[in-house]
Amino acid sequence: MTTPASVSTVDLAARFPGIVSADSRPGYSGWIINADKLIEVATAIRDEFGYDLLSSVTGVDYPADGKMEVVYHAFKTTGGSIFVFKVQMPRDDPVVSSLVPVWKGAELQEREAWDLLGIKFTNHPDLRRILMWEGFEGHPLRKDWKEPFYEEELKPFKSRWPDGKHTIAEAKNPFRDNVQFPVGFDPEKYTFEDPEQALYTSLRKYQSEDKDGIKTDHILVNMGPQHPSTHGVFRAVVMLDGEDIVSLKPVMGYLHRNHEKIGERNTFLQNMPYTDRLDYFNSMSNNFGYALAVEKLMGIQVAERADYIRVIMAELTRIQNHLIWAGMMLNDLGAMYTPALYAFEERELILDIFEATAGSRMMCNYFRFGGVARDMTEDALRKTRELVHDRLPGKVDEMDRLLTDNEVLVSRLKGMGYLSAEDAINTSMTGPMLRASGVPYDIRRADPYSVYDRFEFDVVSRPEGDMYARYLVRIEEMRQSLKILEQALKQIPAGPILSGKPQYQVKIQPGEAYGRVEAPKGELGYYIVSNGKPNPYRYHVRAPSFINLTSLEMLCVGEKIADFVAILGAVDIVLGELDR
Amino acid sequence: MDNNELNLPGYEIPDDMKNTVAITSLDRLYNWGRRSSVWPLMFGLACCAIEMIAAQASRYDLARFGMEVMRPTPRQADLMIVSGTVTKKMVPAIVRLYNQMPEPKYVMAMGACASSGGPFKEGYNVVAGIDKFLPVDIYVPGCPPTPQALMNGLIMLQKKIDKESISKVRWYRKGADTVEVPVPILGPDLIDVRRIPDIKSKVAELSNPPAQREA
Ligand code: SF4
Repeated sequence: MTTPASVSTVDLAARFPGIVSADSRPGYSGWIINADKLIEVATAIRDEFGYDLLSSVTGVDYPADGKMEVVYHAFKTTGGSIFVFKVQMPRDDPVVSSLVPVWKGAELQEREAWDLLGIKFTNHPDLRRILMWEGFEGHPLRKDWKEPFYEEELKPFKSRWPDGKHTIAEAKNPFRDNVQFPVGFDPEKYTFEDPEQALYTSLRKYQSEDKDGIKTDHILVNMGPQHPSTHGVFRAVVMLDGEDIVSLKPVMGYLHRNHEKIGERNTFLQNMPYTDRLDYFNSMSNNFGYALAVEKLMGIQVAERADYIRVIMAELTRIQNHLIWAGMMLNDLGAMYTPALYAFEERELILDIFEATAGSRMMCNYFRFGGVARDMTEDALRKTRELVHDRLPGKVDEMDRLLTDNEVLVSRLKGMGYLSAEDAINTSMTGPMLRASGVPYDIRRADPYSVYDRFEFDVVSRPEGDMYARYLVRIEEMRQSLKILEQALKQIPAGPILSGKPQYQVKIQPGEAYGRVEAPKGELGYYIVSNGKPNPYRYHVRAPSFINLTSLEMLCVGEKIADFVAILGAVDIVLGELDR
Repeated sequence: MDNNELNLPGYEIPDDMKNTVAITSLDRLYNWGRRSSVWPLMFGLACCAIEMIAAQASRYDLARFGMEVMRPTPRQADLMIVSGTVTKKMVPAIVRLYNQMPEPKYVMAMGACASSGGPFKEGYNVVAGIDKFLPVDIYVPGCPPTPQALMNGLIMLQKKIDKESISKVRWYRKGADTVEVPVPILGPDLIDVRRIPDIKSKVAELSNPPAQREA
């Protein structure tokens, strides 16, 4: 049943002599492509070699070599491991052609690389800042860019707690605040170009025309960042023709908390609690992906019992996420609160297990490199068994019974927000979004990690590609998670929960690694570059909430504005992860 | 609400009228009404918002305190629970929301981020605490605060309201206190409008360090 993680046997250098070379830096892998031939080679990677889904696009700044690098990760939706290719550019003029013509999924990610690293992508349809605002000074993830509260390159900072005293960061900044201004800046004379103007002009305008003597015009509607239906501080700008959506742009960054910049100053272990705060519904899955990536770099094994505990935690997390999703989805459809209250009741029970094991309800900070932080007690295991065997199956069925055939739900979801399999792949959808479009791709099966290859479970997928399919996939996935949990709880061995001894500072060889897990929302990936220091040199999160929004406009165009709320809800986003 | 809390002590009310008549001061009546029907703004910023939702949901049930009526519009809200990290990109919107709330209005900083910047304080897009812009009434520590902690904060707020007096609260007086908070501007960095002269002189000083001027 399981497809073994096939070793990539593609020899790109032989196919493109003189254009592609293998990345031979120690600890690195993949292929380096000549920047001016990128489109040609990328098309071949997609069409000839079959890596049809471009998963992640990010940049790395190497000032020591005077280079800027863009790193691409792609995979085959039929299974197998990830495929890496890169382009390098001179640092003072980093220009490369955009991959949007090949994979639309690159769109938002390239905008992010432009925003944070200043890499220009030619032929990009809409290259604007995405997380910061237009007019912001500098590209923060460049290695020589320093934030206003900058203290030192790397943590732990020497100044922390000298002689038991501390100074607040504000005291060290000339403006006594978390700000900095360019030389010669005059706030009185500052006239800012309306930062929204570029955004509004990027929308496709509905032309006013004279139909039967009636003048029609477009309406521009801003939804968010404060809007009860956007699940946080997300904003969408919608162009309407009457009630129909003709064009839409997601606007984000309202919760951009500089995860990556802080992560590159932190030590490897210090990042673990920060990952909790990415997708704050699912801290356990976030920990999982990060631990996998760092363990790959360290080249260590995970204690067997810990592997089982990890799976148990990750699957409980998935059930909890999908339950809340269903509840919130119904909120979005107007069934205020009641289904959500059902979901929260079960969530509390799962959080109790997290609290008993990790010490915290939400921000678990539970995984360690090589294992987990604390053992699961017999009591916690017993409670989990009770939940998995006696309570949750009934509750999932109850949700199913109450909702699935509900007239309102069916008529609002069926046939709405359609996304074809082809488009889903092209726009880099992952997780339930991809599976609801008829592509049965689940990393737990396609590229198994941890001990997932030991369990029987089905990859749930539906061919319809509409919102109802997204709903059904998630309901069924909860059942599959329960199935995995049953097996894991039966098989869990005794033994240590950490493969080495606990340590604050881990030794990591120079190199790069990409760790990915099937998080409840899709592929959660961590791209980490180490240069041998105790801190990651580059730390990038491939966030499913973020990339799944690439298709948002596609889903919404032609639908009514009232359905936008539901369509967005069905994507399942969390702002902490979206904006990072 | 039982009569004892509303009644002023020291007034004898005949037994048969105890449930229909109360003798009290205007302040007490007014505070009693306010504290028992605080309507928070339905407004979530980050992870802390999830605990805020949990506090309203099945197990913790905020409705017991008369605070479950979350209003998505600031026009109908009297408490802003700042539940999460305040970013520079978001803060103009938050200040605007605050300005749109009718008085009396209260602000609660929920969690480490809203109180001080929390784990993300060093971030370049993070405002180190909402109190840099808005007057905060209650700080609730935690990352995130548990629902119990949030409730404790809300009860503290009720106690604070109990002590208010119509003649002294700032919103019924003329003067600077009731003026709206100016909305910050997004420039090369976040510009706090109230501090423009400050910023101007500092930038001039930094662009022109004394050593250079002498040379
Ligand atoms: S205080 Fe902690 S839990 Fe709350 S928003 Fe900040 S990081 Fe999230």
